[in-house]
Amino acid sequence: MSTEAKSHVSETARPAVGGLRSSRRALSDRAIINIFIWPTLALLIAINVFPLFYSLYLSFTDYSAIANQAPVWIAFDNFARILASEQMWSVFATTGQYVLFSVVLQLLLGFGLALLAREKFFGSGIVTTLILAPMMLSPVVVGLFWKLMYNPTFGYFNYLLGFDNPALAPDWLASRIAGQPTPGLALLAVIIVDVWMWTPFVMLLILSGLKAIPDYLYEAAAIDRASSWFQFWRITLPQVAPLVLIAVLFRTIEAFNKSFDLVMGMTGGGPGDQTEVVAVNLYRQAFLGQWQTGRASALAYMVLIIIIAISNIYIRNLNKMRNQS
Amino acid sequence: MTSFAETGPRTAVTEGIRVDKVNPRARLLKNIRAVVVIILALVGLIPVFAMGITAFKSRADVVAVPPKLLFEPTLEGFVFLLTDRSQLRGTTLAEAQENAEGGEPIGIFDRIALQNGQRINGPSDFILRLRNSLIIAGGSTLLSVTLGLFAAYAFSRFEIPGKDDLLFFILSTRMLPAVVVAVPLFLMYRQLGLHDTHFGMILLYTVFNLSLTVWLLKGFIDEIPREYEEAALVDGYTRLQAFFKIVLPQAATGVAATTVFSFIFAWNEYAFALMLTSNNARTAPPAIATMLGRGGIEWSAIAAGTLAFLIPVIFITFALRKHLLRGVTFGAVRQ
Repeated sequence: MSTEAKSHVSETARPAVGGLRSSRRALSDRAIINIFIWPTLALLIAINVFPLFYSLYLSFTDYSAIANQAPVWIAFDNFARILASEQMWSVFATTGQYVLFSVVLQLLLGFGLALLAREKFFGSGIVTTLILAPMMLSPVVVGLFWKLMYNPTFGYFNYLLGFDNPALAPDWLASRIAGQPTPGLALLAVIIVDVWMWTPFVMLLILSGLKAIPDYLYEAAAIDRASSWFQFWRITLPQVAPLVLIAVLFRTIEAFNKSFDLVMGMTGGGPGDQTEVVAVNLYRQAFLGQWQTGRASALAYMVLIIIIAISNIYIRNLNKMRNQS
Repeated sequence: MTSFAETGPRTAVTEGIRVDKVNPRARLLKNIRAVVVIILALVGLIPVFAMGITAFKSRADVVAVPPKLLFEPTLEGFVFLLTDRSQLRGTTLAEAQENAEGGEPIGIFDRIALQNGQRINGPSDFILRLRNSLIIAGGSTLLSVTLGLFAAYAFSRFEIPGKDDLLFFILSTRMLPAVVVAVPLFLMYRQLGLHDTHFGMILLYTVFNLSLTVWLLKGFIDEIPREYEEAALVDGYTRLQAFFKIVLPQAATGVAATTVFSFIFAWNEYAFALMLTSNNARTAPPAIATMLGRGGIEWSAIAAGTLAFLIPVIFITFALRKHLLRGVTFGAVRQ
């Protein structure tokens, strides 16, 4: 066992020093591994793994964290009720739309921008850094100040779009145009912000992929008189494909995680439940109103399964890329 | 496909000469592209700019229609954000104004509050929230970077059974949506008396950031050649000495970048803070969000708060621009 743990380093180093070093060595490699790794693992288990098992149990119970009653075992009732609830399906649909539209838009815009910004130009460093700043901001804060941008009377957004009469302008976050209810407008407003915030990230990711494509591929294509369209499909796209995949997966996972902050900052799920993504719904069930802890846990598990499936693909690709580089 | 002989190049392709260096049309195209990118970037920055100027607008200017570009800058927003004020009425107000005009030395914040007929009673709750943010983000960053550094070193240098699975497990914890973990954590923390405590939040954010620090730091340490340590070990250093004296100084840049990333993530975190704190340990992000709910909406205060968040972030983005992608993708992409 202990020899297994010995590193490549100590095995090659030992013959050179012999007994001298082993007597001076305070800790064996095995001990160092344990001391170095276990605090991290222990914390992760205590704060992440244990709660997950706990909530797995809760998901099979009827329980409210604010009621003075012990959890009651109801087997799969929570899951069955969630799947049978029309409202839940609409929440899932909203989430799906949010994720799909924002990721696709970010990818298209990001790819386009990356192709445009491929060549270094005067000030390109400053420009790319500046547009990345929103990404490092707290999403909830971003949501808040966009709420001001979207304000129907004094917000900048409508003004910049050219609406000078507030009465006729769209009230984005209330899903109304000139007083007429227009479903989907609020969701679109949230998606716009998500796209604004994250397109530069996708662009940068793809840009780093573009820069890594060896010039000789294009030179060979130029010698063969390949059209630029052909070059794009046969050289550019296949070469950046892994990075595109990383971007898509990363944004999809984040759209599940961070959409909560953004939506809470902008609409709180409203108007009605038009922007209620699954994370917001989960929060409401768990921490507001009747505190349906058991049901929320069941819903959490359903989200978890989706996320695990996506992140599995993500991490596998990530590992592949790390090994390549 | 037609054969090369038929369609071969009419002029020789000389290695190292790029088309855009010789062809004026290609050069023009390149310039057009640069201009388009710059214009798009500027359009993208409009919201940031709008927020920046709103922070310095007076209450009346914020709600002006159409939005004002030229206005008299004021620190009103910051006064609203950072101080707790009470409205003065009638004689007290007149008295205070008289005193101010009479040359009684008062601070700039007091003067601005007085213009709105208010007196400053003391710092606002928001100062406490910022302090909490600082304590919690700072504490958790320190812990997660320290723990992450040790773990990353072990993962980088030793043969550990099931290493890939362990690393996979560590990263997968990052993918959990906050809301999913928050429900059981809330119950657990309530049981343990950690709910709404700084220690509880530090612990939580430490774990939240551990996956990031382990992965990032492992990447940085992987890049340090093993030969340095091997030489040190041959010279009679113990493994720990080699770690502290050889590896650590070389990993300094990586450690610094990782520290900043984990600080930013903890500083920005909203969901856990919303669900697991109520008053004592509540941090700034949920506090800014709830400011909207109270009474009249002080947009300039919100803009001021956002600006306070944004400025350090812009500096950090600049400082970290080389490691930015790496940080956000857990070391998958190196610029």
